[in-house]
Amino acid sequence: MSEKHHIIPVWFFVGVLLLVYGFLIFASGLAEWSYPPETVHLANLHAPVWWGALLFVLGLIYCIKFSPKRKV
Amino acid sequence: MIAMMASAAPTTLVHLSAVDLVIIAFYFALVLGIGFYLKRFAKTGEDFFLAGREMTAWVAGLAFVSANLGSLELLGWAGNAYQYGIMAAHWYWIGAIPAMVFLGIVMMPFYYISKTHSVPGYLKLRYGTEASALSAVTFAFMTILMSGVNMYAMAVVMEVVLGWNLHFSIIVSSLTVGVYVAAGGLFSAIFNEVLQFFLIWFGALLIPILGLVETGGWSGMVARIHERFPGQDFTHMWGPMSSASNNPMGVHWIAIVFGLAAVQSMGYWTTDFLVVQRVLSARDVRSAKLAPIIGSFFKMAVPLIVILPGLLGRAVLPFHLVPGNVAQPGQFKYDDVLPLMLARYCGPGLLGLGITALVAGFMAGMAGNVSAFATVWTYDIYRPYMRKDAPDAHYVSMGRWCTMIGLFVSIGTAYLVQYNKSMMDYVQALFGFFIAPLFGTVVLGMLWKRVSRMAGFWGLLAGVVTSVTVFLLMKFDPSWVKVFALSPLAQPLAQAMWQALWACVTCVVVTVLVTLVTKPKPDEELRGLVYALTEVPREVHTNWLHRPAVWGVAALVILVVLQIIFR
Repeated sequence: MSEKHHIIPVWFFVGVLLLVYGFLIFASGLAEWSYPPETVHLANLHAPVWWGALLFVLGLIYCIKFSPKRKV
Repeated sequence: MIAMMASAAPTTLVHLSAVDLVIIAFYFALVLGIGFYLKRFAKTGEDFFLAGREMTAWVAGLAFVSANLGSLELLGWAGNAYQYGIMAAHWYWIGAIPAMVFLGIVMMPFYYISKTHSVPGYLKLRYGTEASALSAVTFAFMTILMSGVNMYAMAVVMEVVLGWNLHFSIIVSSLTVGVYVAAGGLFSAIFNEVLQFFLIWFGALLIPILGLVETGGWSGMVARIHERFPGQDFTHMWGPMSSASNNPMGVHWIAIVFGLAAVQSMGYWTTDFLVVQRVLSARDVRSAKLAPIIGSFFKMAVPLIVILPGLLGRAVLPFHLVPGNVAQPGQFKYDDVLPLMLARYCGPGLLGLGITALVAGFMAGMAGNVSAFATVWTYDIYRPYMRKDAPDAHYVSMGRWCTMIGLFVSIGTAYLVQYNKSMMDYVQALFGFFIAPLFGTVVLGMLWKRVSRMAGFWGLLAGVVTSVTVFLLMKFDPSWVKVFALSPLAQPLAQAMWQALWACVTCVVVTVLVTLVTKPKPDEELRGLVYALTEVPREVHTNWLHRPAVWGVAALVILVVLQIIFR
């Protein structure tokens, strides 16, 4: 993103955010798999598991593609 | 700290678990870390105030659209969608897309080629100090008031939704924003806006997905709404607007086309420095032209996470929401629809993500306000009128100081609003007073080289005075609503459209009349500032896929298709 300053691309930070959040949400989804919260509608669809996995994978792709160590 | 956070409201919309708090805490740690990391790059004035003018079209475009994707907008427009139905999407489609394309294709080259730091800065180059000073002082004053109002509104939402203490929300969020903006300037603000963009999409997108699963798709949702609210049309955009009496907003299609699309949205998207500043950070003219057009595609998609949840609320919530001013204890307001839908479908983890998206939206809004304030104060007020020839480092230092001072003034404003609630309505109305006439002044100045120095000033002033007068007359004597809004049924949103239209028309008429009796500026002073005397780089040798005009036309075609589908 930055030619003058060689700043780490913002996309890398986006990747870190999605990676960490994906992991936390996926893990909490697995933890409640057998006992989903009663107040949540459609809890049987286990949204935290697949949504968390999606975030994790996207975060991983962004982290690798925009890693500060990767040479362009 | 947790005890302090939870010391207020006994009943809240949602309850957070440990994993939700970890998600929120990680966001705060990340933005502060990014702010400290970026501090080393914000050394010169161009770095601090314009992010070094080296952002790609994608980064500038996402920041541009994110600056308008704050939490107040999300909560408010989801509430409007519940109240008025899909008509609220006009503010995202016809009330935004043509203006964004117009900014990219027509106006951005002049802003960029003139190398101005700000919109008042352009007015100074084009007209002179009179119009620029009027615009700069009012913008700085309103931005800081607006930041305080947003801060207070955020604290109230956090108190109602989460039970967080009002003072805790104000102090923690403003200190965090102050630290990272003072450290990295516009770099930090833009980085945070891009993060916020992803957070808001991933935090809110599950609501329409799961909502449509529950209702059995779009047709199932429409059927449920018709069944629960017979005789009312919440799912058509243009049909109910043949007459103001046919829709709950009390608006005629003429107001949407000429008030919202042609004036209000043009004014906001092309002259509000808070959003224009993001595009000025682009690395070249082509990126600056592309950025708002890239933003327009994402803007078109926002109704998916804002308007659709409001409509789904009509279809699935087991109780009816009520207007905020009549809500009794135990009743939910229109603006609560988004948090209610979030709590309906999101358990631990996902709830934390959704709440972090709201917090990020509030903080990015504050960061946008203070970074724009710091730029206008330093370059358009302090430098020309207080200290003209200081070294660049002095202005960077001033920018850092006035970021913090601006935040403290905002905190003061937030507490002032707490004790005088009606002030909130007036501050929010303030922006409307200046944006519509400013659009007339800027666009006439860009497209017509004959417009004279004093015509710019008197036109702007006359437009602002008209706007204030129309607002006050309609507010304090409802009989004027019929006169200015052409219908006694016009609701505040419709009144604001007509107010903008009258203000802009007055501005244009006065500007033209004064121009005809005053001497124009010499051509040599207008080079690079007006259409007839500026060599705008053409993209004739650029691959057609990289041409801003191609994507601008594509955005407009999609807009028309959406209007036909949801007519």
